[in-house]
This record gives sequence, C-alpha cells and structure tokens, in this order.
Amino acid sequence: MWDYLKLTVLGVTAVLAAIAANYAHDLAYMVNALVAMLAAAAAFVWVLRSADERLQTNEGEYMDGVIRAGVIATVFWGVVGFLVGVWIAFQLAFPALNLEFAQPFLNFGRLRPLHTSAVIFAFGGNALIMTSFYVVQRTSAARLWGGNLAWFVFWGYNLFIVLAATGYVLGATQSKEYAEPEWYVDLWLTVVWLAYLAVFLGTIIKRREPHIYVANWFYLSFILTVAMLHVFNNLSIPVSVFGSKSVQVFSGVQDAMVQWWYGHNAVGFFLTAGFLGMMYYFVPKQAERPVYSYKLSIIHFWALIFLYIWAGPHLLHYTALPDWAATLGMVFSIMLWMPSWGWMINGLMTLSGAWDKLRTDPIIRMMVVSIGFYGMSTFEGPMMSITAVNSLSHYTDWTIGHVHSGALGWNGMITFGALYFLVPRLWNREKLYSLAMVSWHFWLATIGIVLYASAMWVTGIMEGLMWREVDANGFLVNAFADTVSAKFPMYVVRGLGGVMYLTGGLIMAYNLWMTVRAQPARATMHSAVPAE
Amino acid sequence: METYTFLRAFADSWMLLALTLFFVGVVLWVFRPGARALQQDAAASIFRNDRKPAAPALAELAASVPAVKEMRDVR
Repeated sequence: MWDYLKLTVLGVTAVLAAIAANYAHDLAYMVNALVAMLAAAAAFVWVLRSADERLQTNEGEYMDGVIRAGVIATVFWGVVGFLVGVWIAFQLAFPALNLEFAQPFLNFGRLRPLHTSAVIFAFGGNALIMTSFYVVQRTSAARLWGGNLAWFVFWGYNLFIVLAATGYVLGATQSKEYAEPEWYVDLWLTVVWLAYLAVFLGTIIKRREPHIYVANWFYLSFILTVAMLHVFNNLSIPVSVFGSKSVQVFSGVQDAMVQWWYGHNAVGFFLTAGFLGMMYYFVPKQAERPVYSYKLSIIHFWALIFLYIWAGPHLLHYTALPDWAATLGMVFSIMLWMPSWGWMINGLMTLSGAWDKLRTDPIIRMMVVSIGFYGMSTFEGPMMSITAVNSLSHYTDWTIGHVHSGALGWNGMITFGALYFLVPRLWNREKLYSLAMVSWHFWLATIGIVLYASAMWVTGIMEGLMWREVDANGFLVNAFADTVSAKFPMYVVRGLGGVMYLTGGLIMAYNLWMTVRAQPARATMHSAVPAE
Repeated sequence: METYTFLRAFADSWMLLALTLFFVGVVLWVFRPGARALQQDAAASIFRNDRKPAAPALAELAASVPAVKEMRDVR
C-alpha cells in the first residue's frame, strides 16, 4: 500500500516536472525541472522494481550502507569543490581564464557560488550527514530510525546540490551569500532537512545508552538551527511558478540583517557546531582516550549556543544597520572567543598522555592541526569583529584568508581525519592502503593552507592600508585598480596553495579507493556483510 | 506600545535575565554532587557498541518476538 502511494507521488512529480520544464521562463528553471523529472522517474523505477518486497531491517546491525555512500559523496564533492576553488583563484590572478567561449556560464561570478556551495554544503554537508549517522548509531547503540528514510536524506540532499550547482552556472541566484539557491530548491531542502531531523532524533529517542553523548548535542543543535535559519532567510515569493526568479519578503537593512544572521550562523552552526560534533567523537576515538573534561564540553556547548546566534551583525559594521545592533554583534563575537576555545582546550588536553601518537599516526596529526586552526580562526574572528579592526579588514582579502584558514584548516582537516578513520571500518579493512600517502596529504594540505592564509593576510592588510591612505591635502592616494595590480603576486601564491590542497585531496581519494580495492578484509567473527 | 519597542525592551531585560539564569543553572547542574561518575560513563560511551547495537533488554525482546509473546499470554 505504502509502495503504491510512493509510486503515485513520484509519478505525479515526474509529470509535473515535465510540464514545468515545458512552460519554463528561463534556462536554469528548465534544466532544474528536467533534473527533477529524471530524479523522480529514476526513483519511480527503483520503487517499482522493489515493490512488495518485505524490507529486511536487522535491528542487530548498524545501518552503514548510507554512511558508505556518504563517504563516497564527501570525497567526490570535496575534490570537485577544491578544483573549482583553484580555478577561480587563478581566474582572479589571470582574468583571461574567464574563457571567452564559455561566457557567461563559467565566469567568476557564477563559479564562485559553485565553489562555496560545493565545499560548504556538498563536501561539508555530506561529511556532517554521514558522520552524524555514524556517530549517533554508535553512541546510541541503536540502528538508525526510519528504515530507508536515511537513504532519502542522502539522495535528496545530493539532488539539492545538483539542482543548486546547475542553477548557479545557468544564472539562477537569489544573490544571498551562502543562500544562493532559488525558491524551489529551498523548498526541497526544507523537506530533506526535516527528514534528516526525524532520522537523527528518532535514533536518539530509541537509544540504548542512558546518556546522549555530547557529540549528539552538537549535531542536534546544528540540524535544528540550520532548519530555522534556512526557513527565515529564504522567505521569498516566486515571480512565477514556472520561473526561477523570486522576490525577498524582507527588504533593505532588515533583509541584510536577516541574511547575515543566517550567514554567520551558517558558519556558527553548520561549520562550527556540526564539526564540533564530529571532533567530539573522532578525536577521542582516534586518540583512544575519553574526552578530557566532559563538564567543560557541556558548559561550552551551552555558552556557544547562547552566544553564537547574536554575532551576525558584526558583518555589517559601518552600514545602515543601527549602531546598537552592530555593537551587540561585536560584543557577542568577542564573548564567543571563550566557548570556542573550550573545545580547543578540551581537544588538546584529550591528547595529553598520548602525544607520542603524533609521531606514528598521521591521522592524529591531522586532527591536532585541525584543532590548532580551529583555535586560531576562532581567535582571529572575534578580533576582526572589533569595529576598529574591521574598518581595516572589511571588504579586503583578509576576510577570505580568515574563512579559508577555518574552512581548509579546521573543517577540511577534521573531515579528512574522519574519512581516514571511517573507510577501513566501514569497508571492514585491516588498515589504510598507505600511511605514507596520509603523511603526504597532511603536509601538502598544511603547507597549502599556510601559503593561502599568509598570502591573504598580506594582501588584505596591504589593500586595507592602500584604500585609506591619504596625501597631505586629504586626497586618496590609490585608485581601486592600483590595489588590484598590487595584489597580483599574492594571488598567484594563493592559487599555488590551493593547488597543493587539491593535490592532497586527490592523494586521499586514491588512498581511500585503494584501501577498499586492495586491502585484505578484516577477519571478523561474523563474516556476513551487514544487512541493509 | 509598538511591537518593535516592546520586543526590543523585552529582549534586553526579561529574556536576557531568563537566558542568563538558564545558563547559570546549566553550570550548577554540571557541577552537582555525584555527576562525575555519570559524566565519566558518558565520556566512555564512545568505546562501547562499536560494531553492533546493544542487545535489547529482555522485556523488549519478549514484546517483539511473537512466539515468546504468545507463551507469555497463554501463561
């Protein structure tokens, strides 16, 4: 019965998407409608072929198939995202790379949101979803709730990414940073996200452990807050149901405030709380020691939750935003420093007594560097939110350097660490294919980040100083174009840092592939593959 | 009173107080006597159940297996 309902919904969706593609007002909408049609048709065929089969769920096994798929998606999107990042970095250094024949599809303006969404939402999002499924099962000692709903979350989320990415290249955007997808993609993500919440919460509710481990608190706050942020920031009215264009409900400074309330909390809850959940599981696990202070983890969790949500206005210093709001944002950003460092202290102290592992275990090394960059960028951020500092740093490349030291150094490194941790376990392999390759990845990525971040510090501060330089008569000394040409060497260095980071990612992809392909399976007591 | 003025005044008075008190409550709760053992148990929970979910409790098992249930009902 349930299968027939699914078939009806999928069939109707495919037909409606075909109709929508036919009436489409713009290219992006048409392509997205065709993608939706194909996805619905493929799902229809799959449901049809497996109709009336009794779903065998073995409550005595963890549901790891969807996590394996998530690992593959994470690695794939990671490499794609890094590649687009390297490309647009060189586009800034050498504008001729905005290839003439590929206009307007592959110019910087359209590839840039493709890069940010690919690394944050595709690489980071898949990493968060798959690790949260892994962690919540192990710490709840229960199989994922909801049967195949977890698979719906995986495929639905990746469909969202494909819709968003094709939309950007073809020119659909609502021009909100990190929230570029248009109204119908936003609606789809809302559905997928509620399903994700249901799977996660359902698993916690049926847990067989008395406690909800602290990693799950972080993951849950990430899922809940992102749901709230996404809905409020994307309140918009489509111009037509057959077109991608929509109009925001808020306007002017209210819109800007809501956008950066969203934007900074996307950093706070997607890239911070979610990744802290990851760290609270994988770092103690890899170090084989429980977290240093569980008390500190609870206190800094609640402090982080209470403070982060207010920090958004610091992105709108010296704008039409009321002074009190900007000051509030700055003060809360500075207060945020301490709860952010709660994890750094906890993470590094977890390793006390296990520091010798740094010599032998490149995965631990990755995690330690990740904690280091976490500490550094959560210090840099509050500092940059101070209005006096911000007057120099705002609109310069310093901001880009800050974002990347956080995203590459901390989110990227902990994700790599988690991937190296997970692949042998999920595919039941004895060990990784090559630890030497992990070391190569580690050094390439670390040096790449250092090149990237230091180039951006230099060029950012130089640019800020050049913009504010006045001569004896009070005239500005530099034209904007002067700063652009002065930045050229640093842009090349930044691009090279990106190439190193990308190379590390490719080495990881090969290493993980060979781990699955060439490593002998681990001998286990029960040789059967876990039932899905 | 205007909605804006009301919310603005409410946010930086009563709501601020409520949130601060909640946070103070969390800190006191974390340091309550007897919490240490529970927290150490929670911190160690990541080292359990690595391969398989925990076995269900006996009562749960009885409820899920029809034969056992029938036996119980007959008795």
